[in-house]
Amino acid sequence: MHISIALLLELGLILTALSALGALARRFALTPVPLYLLAGLALGEGGIAPVPAAGDFVEIGGAIGVVLLLLTLGLEFSVGELAASMRRHLPSAVVDLVLNATPGAVAGWLIGLNPVGILALAGATWVSSSGIVARLLDDLGRLGNRETPAVLSVLVLEDFAMAAYLPVLTVLAVGGAWWQAGVGMLIAVGAVVGAFAATQRWGSVIGRLLSHPEPEQLMLRVLGTTLVVAGLAELVGASAAVGAFLVGLTLTGQLAIRARAVLAPLRDLFAAAFFLAIGLGVEPGALPPVLPAALALAAVTAVTKLLTGAFAASRDGVARRGQLRAGAALIPRGEFSIVILGLAATTDPALSAVVTAYVFVLATTGPLIARLTGPPPTSPV
Amino acid sequence: MDVNEVLLPGVGLRYEFTSAEGRHLGIVARREGDFELVAYDRRDPDQSRLLFRLTAEEADMVAEILGAPRIAERFADLTKEVPGLSAGQIEVDPESRYAGRPLGETRARTRTGASIVAIVRGDDVIASPAPDEALHAGDVLVVIGTPGGIAGVDRIIHA
Repeated sequence: MHISIALLLELGLILTALSALGALARRFALTPVPLYLLAGLALGEGGIAPVPAAGDFVEIGGAIGVVLLLLTLGLEFSVGELAASMRRHLPSAVVDLVLNATPGAVAGWLIGLNPVGILALAGATWVSSSGIVARLLDDLGRLGNRETPAVLSVLVLEDFAMAAYLPVLTVLAVGGAWWQAGVGMLIAVGAVVGAFAATQRWGSVIGRLLSHPEPEQLMLRVLGTTLVVAGLAELVGASAAVGAFLVGLTLTGQLAIRARAVLAPLRDLFAAAFFLAIGLGVEPGALPPVLPAALALAAVTAVTKLLTGAFAASRDGVARRGQLRAGAALIPRGEFSIVILGLAATTDPALSAVVTAYVFVLATTGPLIARLTGPPPTSPV
Repeated sequence: MDVNEVLLPGVGLRYEFTSAEGRHLGIVARREGDFELVAYDRRDPDQSRLLFRLTAEEADMVAEILGAPRIAERFADLTKEVPGLSAGQIEVDPESRYAGRPLGETRARTRTGASIVAIVRGDDVIASPAPDEALHAGDVLVVIGTPGGIAGVDRIIHA
């Protein structure tokens, strides 16, 4: 086997640098996602330290990263949770979509993106980052708060809505017609319903097939199945990300908890590669011109998320202060906005720059705003 | 007592209730098996304050401590409500001819009218034991019936 010294050195240095950045982010109780994007920016062409040899790994790793991000997201949720969220918070989800996708679409139109770019930017401003928000609620000790179920319900419904949105974007991004996008969406929605039925009826059979007492076996089985399903989903135009999400949904209970544990380190590695890959794809010179637009968009969509959260919390009978906390908790945008960008990046170079700058702003300031809206996290008494 | 149960999608469940003291308390049960006990702020009832966290193992232990003495108490409460009904505890001696035999063989209920509602075996409690549940030496039977019926079961076990 030929060993590329340059690859080992570059990759090793990149991972070490990421670890330092991640530690820095944690130090300030921030998510590492924006720093990974910055690192990718610095490593790309025109950046301060180009990495030709590690580029291939980052590219391929990034594709697996999206699949793993969506798989672990699917593992988080169950059918019952979706049903309960739908019953209670469907109007909140509609408000969420209207208030937060509209500013993205309008901004996309104003800065002259093509229709696919406008659709992608609308998606990027619409979805909050489940990863950042869930972690934030835990860190701030707000899981017991009354407004928290409303926040989590909005996140669940957004994530499920992605199962319909991503296929449309995938098809349109590769130049498909609107009717093809519609077909892709129908396939994806049908597959979600099918996955639900499968979990209900054959959940235990699927569990037995994939489950194994040894972590290594479990990891290989779940990962292998997910990659196959993701590949097939991409083949029929329903987006690999949705396929991975479906596999995650189908696995429930104890199996899901164990799968999350064995996949977490892999997910962290490949997701880092994904964020790097996105950063690599952005030309640093393209950032300054779009910065004012990204900042304005961030300010507007921070306010619209605040309103969304307040509306959702008020449906649960939460008072003013709790409504404010709920709204602020939803402000961070992160990995999902980047996943959307990953699908549509090639269609419009300006899109990459805007979304990267936008996510960078809200992934860093969002958690800070959320922190300011409540008392400091209490240590146990 | 009212316990409110709320689903936390992706996290687990939350239970909340108001104690007799008027304190509003909540328990977050995570899917991974951990628990968080919180108290709600008096000024902002939507805001919780973490009291302490328990791992699954610790929670089991706490549940046992809180739950164990209450089993006997609850039977005592029950028997107070029905005149003529009382509860008794009968230990199965190693010499008892039913040690190692199924509970059903004692035909205690048919012969005395009293029911064996639980078997206390070390730290475990077998509630509503089935007739094929084997009795072990050292088991304590919780019996509910008339005082005469309970005495009858005692005679059967010790015969």
